Amino acid sequence: MCQVDEDYDSLLERHVVASDTKKCNKCKETTAALILKPGETFCRCCFKDHFVHKFRAMLGKNRIIFPGEKVLLAVSGGSSSCAMLNQVQQGLSQKAHKKLRFKPGIVYIDEGCVLGQSLEERQKTMAQIQSLFKRAGFPYHIIPLEMVLNLPSSVLEPVHVATDDPAGNYKVAVDHFMQTNPGHFLDSNTQVDQSEPSLLTDGTVPQLIDEAQTQILQELFSMVKTLTAKEDLLHTLRRHVLVSTARAEGYSKLMLGENCTRLAVKLLANIAMGRGAQLAVDTAFSDPRYGDIVAVRPMRDYTAKEISLYNYMCNVPSVFIPSLETKTTDKSSIQRLTESFVVKLQGDFPSTVSTIYRTSEKLQTANFTEDIATVSLKCLLCMCTLETTLGETSAFQATLISEQLSQHICRITNLAIGSHVPSHSLLCINCCLLFFSCSRGGDSMNLESFLCYSCQQTVKDMTSVKFLPQYIMSEAQRRNRRSQMRHEISEFLLNEDQDSTSIKAES
Amino acid sequence: MPVQCSRCAEQRAVLKRPKTSQSLCKDCFFWVFEEEVHHTIVSAGLFKAGETVAIGASGGKDSTVLAHVMKVLNERYQYGLHLILLSVDEGITGYRDDSLETVKRNQQQYDLPLKIVSYEELYGWTMDAIVKQVGMKNNCTFCGVFRRQALDRGAKLLNVDKICTGHNADDLAETVLMNVLRGDIARLRRCTAISTSSGGEGVLPRCKPLKYAYEKEIVLYAYFKKLDYFSTECIYSPNAYRGHARAFLKDLESVRPSAIMAVLHSGENLSVKESVKMPVQGTCSRCGYISSQTLCKACVLLEGLNRGLPRLGIGKHHRLHGKLLSQQPLTEAEERKLKAVDF
Ligand SMILES: [Zn+2]
Ligand SMILES: [Zn+2]
Ligand SMILES: [Zn+2]
Ligand SMILES: [Zn+2]
Ligand SMILES: [Zn+2]
Repeated sequence: MCQVDEDYDSLLERHVVASDTKKCNKCKETTAALILKPGETFCRCCFKDHFVHKFRAMLGKNRIIFPGEKVLLAVSGGSSSCAMLNQVQQGLSQKAHKKLRFKPGIVYIDEGCVLGQSLEERQKTMAQIQSLFKRAGFPYHIIPLEMVLNLPSSVLEPVHVATDDPAGNYKVAVDHFMQTNPGHFLDSNTQVDQSEPSLLTDGTVPQLIDEAQTQILQELFSMVKTLTAKEDLLHTLRRHVLVSTARAEGYSKLMLGENCTRLAVKLLANIAMGRGAQLAVDTAFSDPRYGDIVAVRPMRDYTAKEISLYNYMCNVPSVFIPSLETKTTDKSSIQRLTESFVVKLQGDFPSTVSTIYRTSEKLQTANFTEDIATVSLKCLLCMCTLETTLGETSAFQATLISEQLSQHICRITNLAIGSHVPSHSLLCINCCLLFFSCSRGGDSMNLESFLCYSCQQTVKDMTSVKFLPQYIMSEAQRRNRRSQMRHEISEFLLNEDQDSTSIKAES
Repeated sequence: MPVQCSRCAEQRAVLKRPKTSQSLCKDCFFWVFEEEVHHTIVSAGLFKAGETVAIGASGGKDSTVLAHVMKVLNERYQYGLHLILLSVDEGITGYRDDSLETVKRNQQQYDLPLKIVSYEELYGWTMDAIVKQVGMKNNCTFCGVFRRQALDRGAKLLNVDKICTGHNADDLAETVLMNVLRGDIARLRRCTAISTSSGGEGVLPRCKPLKYAYEKEIVLYAYFKKLDYFSTECIYSPNAYRGHARAFLKDLESVRPSAIMAVLHSGENLSVKESVKMPVQGTCSRCGYISSQTLCKACVLLEGLNRGLPRLGIGKHHRLHGKLLSQQPLTEAEERKLKAVDF
């Protein structure tokens, strides 16, 4: 996984030595075993309590997961999501002080194809993950990323659910749960839901991976020129598979294991990738963009360090899974660069991560188009509100202007030739064709108009979009037909124009 | 083989645009650079015909290019603006001499009126005189605060309608990153604004026509136009976070050149929760400059200098503002504390 989650074993030792004379801050009795930050010392026992309490408090505070609800835990094998799995296990166990009351399932997406791993390597990883999941005792789903090629277009449409008063809903759900599960507190809810774990049960990995599909995915990723865009595309596709799996298996919540350190890196990297408008959904506790499936981040209060310490002390198993970033240098992608920047800065200024994290707490999703919230105004890939329709003076417009202004001007017709050529008859042999032979062509549809700023950047880094999965392309075509239709009837649609007394362009 | 300009396909390309990585000839580059600034000015409605606009001129590359482009566009598109170069002389012996010489040459080249206002005119004190009173250790506080206000005070003396400054895309992106790192949500929210409308009495609107221009392209423009500029290395050590933010932005740009615009785009689209409390922006009751206190920092510093109590502006002495405003004398104990000469 990422370097943020690196091991802190050595760090723990150092703390043990340094603090052996101090008492635990919590119980004030036992000798402190570790220091989280200056002034925050814990004995082992109190640290575990503190860790468990934090998880419960996060869920309790947000009151978003209803009793009896099916919740899908996305576990990557990394320390953070494994700690999350451990917390859910503990919370559901008999001896838990205040039992969790939802029904968990686990999902793992194998991305080995994108990393160029052999089938054997992938099988080995999946077997490791499988034994980890079996021990947890919850229904599980181990899915190769190739699954993304079988997704229906409907994945890209948020499913609307009426949410009038979430707090009220929660109470109704609790009451309903208590009525239908009268003996809940005595009865064992932890026994595995007998529903058949789909896709992978016992070592049936090979049949799951269709080599032809592996090849299609590999071709898709070979079209992506930068690691930044590769990581971003992989993140998007993985999300689609997660949401689709949740829907297919009847889960209504998706639990993500992103911790505070991870989210601080993500926030900053997202700013650098132009996702300013989406920061809140990308980093907040709950992410409602899919409508019926709400993604939640219960680990967001823990730092990577806290999690590593906990996993080390409680022997929480995790699996090392290589990623696109493994064995790359600092400057290979924006995500990678941001991560090493934050980690380094955190070394000099220990409050860096918490400061960035606190910034994220103060942000919300701008709802500029909420009044006419239709699918066509959501990004085709990340499914966030399109923010590319904003005012005339914006970085987005300025970028468009830059592109327009540097378009090729035909020497003969004196026309500006854009990157989307209407017809070949406009191109002269002398200069235009010469120019176009080196610019990218072939993608007839203007996919970019259905994408947010950041996803546009990702698509721009692709030499061709023709290998994008079918569900994306057909949804794009559907939206394209809609927008053409809208264009045809545009003169009958009413919209207001604003004018101003400022200097206006002559041209 | 020489590369042809991808825009006109006629002349030889001399540069690869940092912003779009297209190969362009000199003329095409000048054209697109100027047209982009024109588009910014027009779409944001930065100016109105007949206005007098002061261009903050430091002699550095940004303000030199700004002055040149403003002059060109004002003529090409008949904005009808009265442009004035405005420079500030801090009164530090030796420090400003070269850059002021550059500004003076610019004035002749561009045929624009130039006004140099000195700290002495604005505040009644030169930096040299301030250093004499407060010592080297604390003069940074003074110069930083005074400099921030100098353009406004100078522009007010000239009776202009607006000030424009040479802040570029890199500067703004850097500020966005810095405010995230510092958790300064209030500044984060407003730092990408292209102009500040007149906030209160006597606060002049400011704007940044080069907001979407890359620093590298500004240097290229100045280089190929053979513009005369003086590279002023800021003598004030930038604050730690700005240094980190700057280095990070440069790295981001090297990974993906469009990252600078992406950071700006992010900054422009951030939305702060309504429940988050923002400091109330008031104005200084003495000079009218934006201030969250009754007296702005510059006025407090000045009061301190004038009363021979230089410590007044350093550290927090908000509760004394009432006394200062009503010209009341301070108690002996208060005076003793503020006079301390452990500088
Ligand atoms: Zn204890
Ligand atoms: Zn998107
Ligand atoms: Zn031609
Ligand atoms: Zn050219
Ligand atoms: Zn004042």
